[in-house]
Order: sequence, then structure tokens, then C-alpha cells
Amino acid sequence: MSGNNERSIWVMQGNEACSVGAVAAGINFFAGYPITPSSEVAEFMARHLPLIGGRFIQMEDEIASMAAIIGASLAGARSMTATSGPGFSLMQENLGLACLAEIPCVIVNVQRAGPSTGLPTQPAQGDVMQTRWGTHGDHAIIALAPATVLECIELTACCVSLSEQFRTPVVLLLDEVIGHMRESVAIPAPGSYKVRSRPLPSDDEEDYRPFCGGQSDVPPMAHFGGPHRFHVTGLTHDERGFPTMVPEEVDKKIRGIVDKIELKADDLAMNDETMTDDCEVLLFAYGSSARVAKASVGILRERGVKAGLLRVKTIWPFSGKRLKELAPQLRSIIVPEMNLGQLVTEVERAVAGVVPVRHLGRVDGHLFEPDQITDFVLEEMAS
Amino acid sequence: MPAPKQLAERKELLAGGHRACAGCLPMTAMRQMLLTAGKDTVVGCATGCVEVVTTIYPYTAWRTPFIHNAFENSAATISGAEAAYVSLRKQGKIDKKINFVAMGGDGGTYDIGLQALSGAMERGHNMLYICYDNQAYMNTGIQRSGGTPKGTATSTTPAGKVIPGKTQFPKPLTEIMIAHDIPFVAQATPGYPKDFSDKVEKALAIDGPAFINVLTPCTRGWRFPPEQSMEYARLAVKTCFWPLYEVEYGVIKINRKPKEKLPVSKWFEGQGRFRHLFKEANKGIIDEIQAEVDRKWELLLKREELTQA
Repeated sequence: MSGNNERSIWVMQGNEACSVGAVAAGINFFAGYPITPSSEVAEFMARHLPLIGGRFIQMEDEIASMAAIIGASLAGARSMTATSGPGFSLMQENLGLACLAEIPCVIVNVQRAGPSTGLPTQPAQGDVMQTRWGTHGDHAIIALAPATVLECIELTACCVSLSEQFRTPVVLLLDEVIGHMRESVAIPAPGSYKVRSRPLPSDDEEDYRPFCGGQSDVPPMAHFGGPHRFHVTGLTHDERGFPTMVPEEVDKKIRGIVDKIELKADDLAMNDETMTDDCEVLLFAYGSSARVAKASVGILRERGVKAGLLRVKTIWPFSGKRLKELAPQLRSIIVPEMNLGQLVTEVERAVAGVVPVRHLGRVDGHLFEPDQITDFVLEEMAS
Repeated sequence: MPAPKQLAERKELLAGGHRACAGCLPMTAMRQMLLTAGKDTVVGCATGCVEVVTTIYPYTAWRTPFIHNAFENSAATISGAEAAYVSLRKQGKIDKKINFVAMGGDGGTYDIGLQALSGAMERGHNMLYICYDNQAYMNTGIQRSGGTPKGTATSTTPAGKVIPGKTQFPKPLTEIMIAHDIPFVAQATPGYPKDFSDKVEKALAIDGPAFINVLTPCTRGWRFPPEQSMEYARLAVKTCFWPLYEVEYGVIKINRKPKEKLPVSKWFEGQGRFRHLFKEANKGIIDEIQAEVDRKWELLLKREELTQA
């Protein structure tokens, strides 16, 4: 990170910006494990958290990292970890625990090309469906995807806030390009992000019920060591936290953790639109692919094609609202993704056949080029 | 046991042209291991420097079968290969002796791979596990591991106002492996090549699991000039920070007892990762490490005496 202190304009990397956003949002506990291309987040936290009274722990693997941020969150900390593909795979079991036990925490996944070790220093967007469904069983997840370095700050802060508000794990889906890219950003003044805190029970609340009782509510969360004694388990549990196999209680619990997020999908949707007012061809993209798609929109407009871009920052829960609104004016939707077809399936579901949806995939470890997307659109229009 | 000169006449099984840094002792350890083990060797390697630098597309430096798996389970993967070999042998479908070698760096062994290693040793697979210990996660940018010495500055234990480098002593991995009661456990370093290759030979000849912890200085992570790698490997032994010893069926034998035990500060000097320890405020840390090295060395001498009796 280098820059001019007085003006607070800094040239920094996406991974560093993510760390800055985390600290601005009050993250005071970080547990992590080295993995390219996310290690800079851990290194920043290792240097910075001790200076502000926070805690950094390097764990023995990603299973332990995820477990540690769950433990810290239960003790009242705002906790976070950062990783990439292989580590994210190892975190899945504990991610499910955090979903079921309603424990706020933030997981940064700087996506690299997979599967397995894959391409450790090259980008991909192949973990979109893993983020949604990587852990077993029905659950919901919140995931945000920044496309600029400044957004790495903003959306990380947003992840912290949402995890607290909904008492749930939230994933920041970076990719190698955004994580390692450098841009100049104006560092936000302290306190410029409104970060929510988890709902707390009052100390004298009798009959405290720590868990979701259905109806998509977010119950107050006591802290270990505080006045309320409560039971946390990965077994399906009732409102008190005790294991249950009563069908009605089980049904209520699972629907509760899903509904508290899925029913808010439209409220949580954050989009950025370019020339969508009159567009006939809509590019739908996120993360680094959206940067290239934006350039393609410019080229296509110069060639007389009415193209527009809908860039989603909220990946999960998926909101089809804006797509449905735009559908009647569109001739086609093109979805460029650095995978072989992941979020495109949600786009197809949203427009339900009203508009043809075409996917442009790339899995060779490289970014799209504007001409590649432009040519694809032109070919689609000709056919 | 072949003399180094005889080993040098054998065909190199690790091809040149790989991407290791100049002065990389993990790669010296690989060459020495392969010269001893020979071509009928199956190698499994966890994610780490050795895997990365020897297998960059479209090349491989390995003139043996080689499998890179995930970070945490090279011992488990080789367990599977060895179990299949045992079965094929029983069925009479294969008759030659094949060596099974699993490897990992200190991160892949002390930390994320410990569970797989422990399981493989307990099940008793006829395999050799080699930990090439360069005392941090070098491949990802020098983060601390369970094998990083106390006082080391790494990118996740930066020496500064709050902490003087890593605050914990390293995990006693060799002793943990001794506690598994397997037929052969040893500590070595490529700084003493004959000692290391003798240990590899013994480990492969023995029936059952074997483990060798090999200290392999890293010029980039330890911050010293590349031509001094061998010297730093030997200084670790001369200061008794890294005693060379082997444990065969529970009997400890120290392979090298320095006539004059050097102070650990002699090993620290010139290594950038320990530079801050020589500041006045941190002097106590060197004394503390010295006391721990002395304690463990004395204990090792006593254990040798006890187990040989």
C-alpha cells in the first residue's frame, strides 16, 4: 500500500482494500491459513490487528480457520477469514455449522481456477455454485462480488454488516484479478460505513431463545461468557438450541434459516447498470468479467448495437427482479462468466424463457477480452 | 551404504532445469533422496515449494512416477498406492520391490498434513515419509508454520512493536513421530549428505513405516546469500538446534555429537529473519532459545543412554 497520507488517496490492491474494509467495519478477529491468491489479506491482518487490540491467529489449516472464526464470533468478536478454492472446499463443513447455528462471520474467497489445486495464480469464477451449495443440506447464503478495488472496501464492510444483521456467514467472492489488481482509492473516513450489530438479548431477559423459530426472524444473539447460558450444536435444534427430531420443529428451523435470507433477496440486491434504459441486448456479469463486459458495451454502442450491462454485486441470494423488469425490452441476454455456466442458470430461471439467454464461458485461466464478448454478441445477433 | 562418490555416479532421477531458487536445499535433499532410493520409487508430494518448482507446465523434473495431491494428504494418497501394491504382490501380479515415498514441507506436515501422516504411520504402511522442513510456508510468501522457530520474523509474525517475531517454540514433530512407535524415525539435513542418504537407505530397507525430518535451509525465507545454504544447514547441527539422530525400533542413536557445541546465536547470525533478535530489547529471547536448545540436547543425550542400555 502506498500513497499520500494527507489526501487519503492510496494505490492499493484488492486484497489490501478488502482488509481495510474489514477493519473499517470493526473486524477484530482474523483466523487464516496461507493460500495464493488470498495470502495478502492474512498478512495485512497479521500486521494491523495487533496494533488496534484485535487478534490474528494463523491456524493449522482452513478447517481450523473456519472453526476459529465461529468460536470467536460466539464470544462476541467480529470475525473473518480469507482463502481460495482448495481452502474454501475445506471450510464447507464448518460453513454449514455457521448457517445452522446462526453464527455471524465473513469468509473471503479469492477465486482461482480449479478444481483441485488448479491454477493458483490465475482467475476464475468457478466457485459461484460452491458458495451457494458447497455445504450439505438446505440452507441459504449471502455472497457479494466486487468489481473494483474501492468496492473491495465497501462490500467487505457490507459483508460484515449483513452477517451481523442476519446472524449468518457471508461470503465475499473476489477473483484473482480483483484481489491482485491495483487502483487508486480514496480511503473512507472512519465511521463512514454504517455497520449493523447483531441483535442482543437484554441481560435480564427470561426464557432467552437464541435460535430462529421460523417466520424468517433473526433472534437476538447472546455471547459466550455473558449472562445467558445457551447451547450451540450442529445437530438440528429448536429455538432453545437443544437437538430435536420433532418434524414440525425441524421443518420450522430449516425453513427459518432459509427464509430469513431468501425472502429478502430483492432488498439485498445491489446492481450497477450501464446503458440499460434502451438496451436490446443485455450483458449480465459480475466481478472482473463485468469490467470487460462494460468495455464491450461501449464498443457495441459505437457499432450501433443497443447493448447494456447489468452488473450484480449481490450474487446470493439471487434476485431476478431487475431481469424480469428489463426482459420485455430485450432481444437477448448474454452472460459472460469465467466458468462453464453457473450464475447463468439463475438468469434463465428468472426470465423463464421470455428472452433467450446465452452463456459465454472461459476456463483457461485468463480474463475475457472486450473483443471476445463483442464478437460473441454480434454473432448471436446475426443468428 | 554407498559412499557419496558412488551415489554421484548414479543416474540423476531429478532432472535439471526445474524452477527452484539458487541455493534451494529442499531440492538438494530431493536429489540425495532419489539417488539413494533409485528409479523403482513412487513419489507423492503435498502442495509446496518442491511440488511447484518441479512440475511447472509442461515439464516435470521427476524421472519416477509422481503424484501431487491436495495440501493435506500426501501420506494418505501414498497409503492407498502402497496398499494396492501389497494386494497386487499378493495376487502375484507384481514381484519387484517398489519404494513408496510421501513428502511434504513443514506446512504440509507439521500443520495441515499431520492427521494424514499420523494415520498412515499408525496403520503401518511400508512407506517413507520425508518432511522437508524449511521452517515456514515459503511457496506462499513466508508465513509462519508449526515448524517455524521461536523469534522468527515471517509475513504473519512480523517483528515489530507488538511482537518480536513468532512467539511460540516449534512443534516437536520428530518426537511426535517417535511417539508413534514406528520402526524408524530420524532427523537429517542435506548439509551432511552421507548421513542423510544412509538414513534414506535404512528407512526404505526396513519393513514398515519410516519418517525422516530433513532441515532444508531456504535462502529466500531465511534471508541469507544463496551460496551459504550448506553452511547454515551445518550450523544448525553444530549448535545442536537440529541434532542428527535416528531411532530404530525405539533405540536412539545420535549420529553427530559436536566436540564444541556452538551457541545458537552463531546460527542466527546473518539470517535476516533473526536480525531483530540482536537488538538490545530482544536479547532475552536468544537466551531463552539457547536454554531450550540446551535442555532438549541434554534430554536427547540421556534418552540415547537410556534406550541403548
